[in-house]
Amino acid sequence: MPALRILRAGPGATIQDGGRFLDRRYGVTPAGPMDWIAFRTANLAIGNALDAAAIEIALGGIELRSEENALPLSFCGGAFQWERNGRPLPCAMRLTLQPGETLSARPGAWGAFAYLAVAGSIATEPVLGSRATQTRAHLGGLDGRMLHAGDVLPVAASSFAAQTEREIAAPWLSRDDAPFRVILGPQQDYFTEDALATFFSAEFRLTHEADRMAYRFDGPTIAHAHDFNIVSDGIALGAIQIAGDGKPLVLMADHQPTGGYPKLGHVARADLGRLAQMRPGETCRFAAIDVEAAREAWLQCEDRIAETQRFIRPLRRLPKNEDLLRINLSSGIIDVEDR
Amino acid sequence: MAETAPRFLPAGEAALTVEFGATIDPLLNARVRGLDAALAASPIAGIIETVPTYRSLMIHFDPRVLSTSALIEKVACLPSEPLTAESAKHWLIPVCYDATHAEDLAEVANALAMTQEQVVALHRGADYRVYMYGFAPGYVFLGGLPAALTISRRAKPRPPIPRGSLLIAGGQALIGHDPMPTGWYHIGRTPIATFDPEREPPCFIEVGDRISFEAIDAATFERLEQAAHVGAPIARRLA
Repeated sequence: MPALRILRAGPGATIQDGGRFLDRRYGVTPAGPMDWIAFRTANLAIGNALDAAAIEIALGGIELRSEENALPLSFCGGAFQWERNGRPLPCAMRLTLQPGETLSARPGAWGAFAYLAVAGSIATEPVLGSRATQTRAHLGGLDGRMLHAGDVLPVAASSFAAQTEREIAAPWLSRDDAPFRVILGPQQDYFTEDALATFFSAEFRLTHEADRMAYRFDGPTIAHAHDFNIVSDGIALGAIQIAGDGKPLVLMADHQPTGGYPKLGHVARADLGRLAQMRPGETCRFAAIDVEAAREAWLQCEDRIAETQRFIRPLRRLPKNEDLLRINLSSGIIDVEDR
Repeated sequence: MAETAPRFLPAGEAALTVEFGATIDPLLNARVRGLDAALAASPIAGIIETVPTYRSLMIHFDPRVLSTSALIEKVACLPSEPLTAESAKHWLIPVCYDATHAEDLAEVANALAMTQEQVVALHRGADYRVYMYGFAPGYVFLGGLPAALTISRRAKPRPPIPRGSLLIAGGQALIGHDPMPTGWYHIGRTPIATFDPEREPPCFIEVGDRISFEAIDAATFERLEQAAHVGAPIARRLA
């Protein structure tokens, strides 16, 4: 079976598919991609099923190699710095990785998660019907854990036909700092009117407490009208939970399926992917949207992603190493002259 | 007592909370399970799965097929009766309360001004109902803990509890699965695995089932743990 060998993996690299559903009633979290939009775009760009298992790469980056076969693959998500054999590539493209070539990604100008999809699927053993890794419960992926150097990932290749190198010029992959739209409820009545007004007008900063389970934001305190403990009820993806400290906690892909804090609202799925792409220290705002409009936005989002193939374009000229070197040299000279 | 109509609360654009009340109450939970059973018996196209909790049912759905308002309309029209305990299974779960398998028992006895034997007798003697799963895979939340065993959650979580821990806090009881840090108190341990990803479904205990505990000594715990390890069923079904 064709395989990808991990040469280096920083923290946070996991195998993800669309998620592990149908067992939330037993406490099983769906997991799945943090940025579902970039994840699906990577899959569609290489002709895969929407939710085929792919590699999710976090700020720790990754370096890998195809073992014996030429493997068609695609990658996108944020503006990571991708390189093949040390030569820079665009941050969203498809190509064929030749045996022995190394492909690497590390964080670039913006973004926290990138996706690498091979034509076909990563073919680790499914657990409860899914290959999604959930590290806290040690389920799925490779032994339920993050990837590390030396791992060899089996690939169920759908094709070995060499892909022409192409850029994925999909507009929805660009950075967008618009406010995140939020559907109120179910416990908005646990907050004062002033607290809700504050939530929708203030700026919030993502703290370093940000992982696949939840993103904690800092900003003005969102005051509870009553108690901040409720008898546990269900949790959906993107829930904005406000605990005793009055700070918003957005529940992400690895959230628990039930919980006991009031939930002010939910980030619209159409916006959840770009919220996942935030890095600690970055700021954002929230804007109210009603549930029907949020549904409409989601459906439009899915329709747009389905058009991914239309946005596959020939490569623009890539920067060569010599170009980069020259830029560095000249800026160095300017520095000297300025002094 | 007349039943009040449930509240339909959107939880984002792909989930709906059907809330029957805000408290821990056997009747509320029976209504949650009643609606859950009614939806299982007459499936609505577009529903992905349902998650029963103490006092509400969360319905996850596919927004391509259903809108929140269409789902509310369909659920509101669905007749459902509270589910009583008679329709549920009754499991006898072996529990070892020896000090090595009950790390916080002495602390709990001390806090509640009881002997350890009294704490164990109260915990073991009660008749429990499964209200929901939560925290992590296989964490079974139980109703029916005697009020005398009500103890506040810890201000700070304690180090990870071992697999299969019996926990109490805030007037609630639960059976744990994977080790994790917790604000609850560890007063016993079962060799039974409440979650097994190789099984379908992964949990044999369903929400609504009755649970009784049977005290076992440490030697029996070891023996049953070995048996469970090779896949032998060790939870006995009483009904």
